[in-house]
Amino acid sequence: MADKTIVITRFDPDKDEAPRKQEYTVPCEPNWKVLDAVNFIKDELDATISYRWSCRMAVCGSCGMMVNGEPKLTCKTTLSDYGDRVDIEPLANFPIVRDLVVELDGFMHKFESVKPWIMRAKEKAEDKAAYHETKGTFSQSAEELGNFKQFSMCINCMLCYSACPVVANEPDFLGPAAIALGHRYNTDSRDQGNDERNEIFRGEGTVFSCSYANECSEVCPKNVDPAAAINQAKFGAVIDWAKGLVIPRGGSN
Amino acid sequence: MDVSRHDIVIVGGGGAGLRAAIEAAENHPTASIALVSKVYPMRSHTVSAEGGAAAVAREDDNLELHGFDTVKGSDFLGDQDAIKYFVEEAPKELALLENWGCPFSRNEDGSVATRAFGGMTTKRTWYATDKIGFHMLHALFQQSMRYKNIVRYDEYFVSKLLVDGGKCQGVAALDIRTGDYSAILGKAVILTTGGGGKIFPFTTNGTIKTGDGMALAYRAGVPLKDMEFVQYHPTGLPGTGILITEATRGEGGYLRNSKGERFLVDYDYGVGNKAELGPRDMISRAIVQEIEAGRGLSGPYGDYVHLDLTHLGEETINAKLPFVRELAKTYVGVDPVTDPIPVRPVVHYMMGGVDTDIDGATEMPGLYAAGETACVSINGANRLGSNSLTECLVFGAAAARHAMKYAEGAGDINETALRAQVEEEATRVDHLRGRKKGGEKISQIRRELNSAMEDACGVYREQTTMQAGVIAVAQLRGRVADLRLEDESKVFNTELITALELQNMVEVAEVLAVSAAHRKESRGAHTCKDFTTRDDTNYLYHTMARHNAAGPQLGKKDVVLGHWVPEERKY
Repeated sequence: MADKTIVITRFDPDKDEAPRKQEYTVPCEPNWKVLDAVNFIKDELDATISYRWSCRMAVCGSCGMMVNGEPKLTCKTTLSDYGDRVDIEPLANFPIVRDLVVELDGFMHKFESVKPWIMRAKEKAEDKAAYHETKGTFSQSAEELGNFKQFSMCINCMLCYSACPVVANEPDFLGPAAIALGHRYNTDSRDQGNDERNEIFRGEGTVFSCSYANECSEVCPKNVDPAAAINQAKFGAVIDWAKGLVIPRGGSN
Repeated sequence: MDVSRHDIVIVGGGGAGLRAAIEAAENHPTASIALVSKVYPMRSHTVSAEGGAAAVAREDDNLELHGFDTVKGSDFLGDQDAIKYFVEEAPKELALLENWGCPFSRNEDGSVATRAFGGMTTKRTWYATDKIGFHMLHALFQQSMRYKNIVRYDEYFVSKLLVDGGKCQGVAALDIRTGDYSAILGKAVILTTGGGGKIFPFTTNGTIKTGDGMALAYRAGVPLKDMEFVQYHPTGLPGTGILITEATRGEGGYLRNSKGERFLVDYDYGVGNKAELGPRDMISRAIVQEIEAGRGLSGPYGDYVHLDLTHLGEETINAKLPFVRELAKTYVGVDPVTDPIPVRPVVHYMMGGVDTDIDGATEMPGLYAAGETACVSINGANRLGSNSLTECLVFGAAAARHAMKYAEGAGDINETALRAQVEEEATRVDHLRGRKKGGEKISQIRRELNSAMEDACGVYREQTTMQAGVIAVAQLRGRVADLRLEDESKVFNTELITALELQNMVEVAEVLAVSAAHRKESRGAHTCKDFTTRDDTNYLYHTMARHNAAGPQLGKKDVVLGHWVPEERKY
């Protein structure tokens, strides 16, 4: 057990004009994650700090924070990798609600805007040939699954938005996770919604705003590669647009 | 105070709640469906399920077999009409989930792959490597976004059901961001808030699993059913309790003791040639017995056994169990490709819950429940792994259909009366916020509650410790009314939310302990050292617990039999 100074950003909009820092001395166990130290403070030292967390197994995506200036999923980040002083702030590039809690409204709006659901040209009743006759499922090969699988692994922790230099300058930028999500459906063999999504991707502040800093892929705690998704989506949007010049509505999927 | 009116109000945005919302929205395009959750839906604990979801899919399988496996797994306490309905609906529901984009793992011919699971006769667990809960939750959440008639209330904490004239007509909900109360009104309410594993200290459950829906219904006078049955998953990581999926054994993993023996094969634990694929209650007991026989291993976080995957090889582990590898490396520093994973039984799931019928309806008109919150019961005294996600889908959809039908026929609601109830609730919670005059700290009460529940309601139970648990929790019920809170802010006051959750936890824990102490037999997950056999003569019934000022009042409800005759449960 070793004492560390944990510095937490505090902000209560009813009391504080601007975020301030508060220090806590925490007796840290050797195997702790960063989140364990924050939980210790909440339980034993100061019940007034606010932050989000739930699964503590790196899959619910709630507990993203800046740790010594880098966006981290705190339940997955080993505390002993840091020195005696650890600075914990709310995720960068988001409005702060309170303390370590950021606002998700913008993110959720972006997320929904890419139409993240399977689109089919026809209703199921008229589309019977596409489904297995008794099981009612689509057929999908391992290769087809592989085309989109990694882009379906995003846990919406929003670390990539905190790391992205474009989001920092251009808050309306659709951003890595949302583009990767749209691309995930575009590359799913069961989906026929490419036209609609590519039209979105050709809009302002979407795929062509990306500057290829690759920071999103660097910070992703689940090894999703949003930068690759953006790159592929860019290509798809252009090809689709070019096809549209020859055949209206881009032809088949 | 904000007042909003909807056709139905769903509380909880996990698997069951999202499925219910989609079912209602799809079939009633002009209806307004409120989806209220204390977290953004993608944070719901459905996200952490790993192994898969069960439904008959193969030529060598059939509904009768899935039904029998389930009823036998339940130690014959499951309701057979509900189980029959469940297995019939299961393949249809999983096909829909596939159609909505869930990235299921595939066979070579492109069909959905299935894997072996505990207590299941054949491979019927549909999977997406080892992250089915995550993929199911995200597929449902994303699918739900296409329906504009689903109105989400993200990060709203429901603290009271609104009941007028004996009918449930909405909820009082605290907007966590602003600290203000809203009246979210509807002609029917569906509770889908999951279980309450956090009443125990060592659990796979996330911190949000505090039994909220169970406590809401219970306080409103609706009975909780079979609460004594708590599932200990055999394989949790020591220290954190993080789940290591049963799919590890479905894919061929072994459990070994300190001597390296496959104890489920080398000793008789009643699982026969199923060995590692025996049902969870039996395997958890076997692990405890191995440890008590001195054949466990010891570490800083208690005794454990080994889950050995090394013989599966790196390729299989990466292809089928990548998340398990990530979890073992991150949280215990073990690479399962080369070394066995330390595991011990861990509180995972509540078989009991809000008493509902096969339609998801409770005895209170207008109130429905589905998923882990509910007890239909298909799980009886022990749930089979991979039945719970399917249960969320099957009964989430069923509850939505019946709630919508009820809502269409229900009369007008008395908004004035309901608003007054919300005002009253807002005042109560206002007094709790920053309540400096209190004497009890949240973390202290929670620790004592956790400790009492672990002592009283473990894998093995005894009358003396259960009775002590009943007394301890009853005392905590008094003390939790005198919490001392520090945080006076209205904005995102997580201390206040934690206090409300703790009140729910104590309520649910008391029902659990009292129900457990009353059942003097061993059935499924309820295993008593002083009553070691199943007693169908005296205890083949559901335990029904009703709220009473003095504590839970117990009653009985018949088990629906008629298709499968109860027999000795051995494998």
